[in-house]
Order: sequence, then C-alpha cells, then structure tokens
Amino acid sequence: MRPARNHPGWWAFIVHRLSGVGLALFLPAHFLVLGLALGGAAALDEFLRWSERPLVKAAEWGLVMLLAAHFAGGVRILALEFLPWREWHKALAAVAAAFALAAGLVFALAR
Amino acid sequence: MSARNEARLWLAQRATAALLAPCVLVHLATLVFAVRAGLSAQAILERTHGSLAWGVFYSAFVLAAALHGAIGLRTVAAEWLGWRGAGADAASAFAGLALALLGLRAVAAVVL
Repeated sequence: MRPARNHPGWWAFIVHRLSGVGLALFLPAHFLVLGLALGGAAALDEFLRWSERPLVKAAEWGLVMLLAAHFAGGVRILALEFLPWREWHKALAAVAAAFALAAGLVFALAR
Repeated sequence: MSARNEARLWLAQRATAALLAPCVLVHLATLVFAVRAGLSAQAILERTHGSLAWGVFYSAFVLAAALHGAIGLRTVAAEWLGWRGAGADAASAFAGLALALLGLRAVAAVVL
C-alpha cells in the first residue's frame, strides 16, 4: 500500500464510501421486507422466522455495523467541515470507529 | 450540472445528514430494544400501527435517506466509475425516487 493512503483519514473516507454504497444496496430489500406487512402479520413473521438462521443473524450484525460506521463517519465529516479546527479533530476517526464497534457489540449482545 | 446546482447538492447532502443523524440514533436504539424483546411481526406492528409519531418519524427518515442516498450514489459513480453527466444524474435521481417510493410503502405497511 502506498504510504500516503495508510492513515486514519483515508481509511475513514473508504469506510464511509463503502458503508454508504452497502446501505444504499440494502435499503430496497429492507423496505420490501417491511412491505410484507401489507399482506398481514403472518407474511412478515414468516420472514422473521427465516431471519433467525445464524448466517442471516451474522449478516444483520454486519448491517448494523454498516449503519453505525456510516453514521459515525458522517458526524465526523460534519464536524470537520462545520466546526472550527481543534486538536481533537485528529481523534475523530478513532471516535467514529469506537462508536461503530460499540454499537455492533451492543447489538450482538442484545440479539 | 452548473456549479450552483453542485453546491446545492453538497448542501442538501449535509442538511439530510444532519437530519439523518438523530434518526439513526433512534433507529439503532429501537433495533436493540426490538431484538431484546424478541423480533415478531406482532411486536413491531403493535408499536407502529396507528402511531402518528412513528409515521411522521419514519416518513421523514425515509425521505431524507432517499435524497441522501441518491446524492451519495451520484458522488460515488463520479469518483469511482468516472460516470458523470446527464445519464449519471438521471440514474441517481431514479435511485432516489425508487428508494422514496419503496420506503414510504414500507412506512404505510407498518403504520396504517
């Protein structure tokens, strides 16, 4: 890897782009599943039973991580662009990563 | 697209991000609460059916996410695929419109 790319700001940028595209691809499926409720609760329940499979649960956890990472990375960008420069700006990428990991951990423990 | 419209899209992306941030926090908290209570259609629909507050919340969430997603996809298409111009603008607008329609349909399914 080129040294210019191996720093927290570049990784934060890559994670933000990839998580954004991932969420945009996932959202139509998420909306279609919720739309199953139009056909009654039973149709939605059938899907929810399917979602109890370990692999689906793991994918769910991945989606929560994508959302948490995109959220934290987005707040980082807003802070960089709209708040006056402060020393703590340098730590924002680490704070964003920590938030995403914490959210993933809480979800994994709850599930 | 004119520089002025590019600037408008940039601002819209930040404005929708500012609206989405609290929505995502509520959504993450609701997710954890919902999975702890045991995911079932009945539990989900009991919370949302007939609720004006959830209806307004999820509608705003969906519309902001659709606009944010469309602008974001347009940016990624230009940056990573080199796809710019009227075709890319139309495709991202279509993606945003599809997300908004599918999302509002989902909101109607759980709230009405």
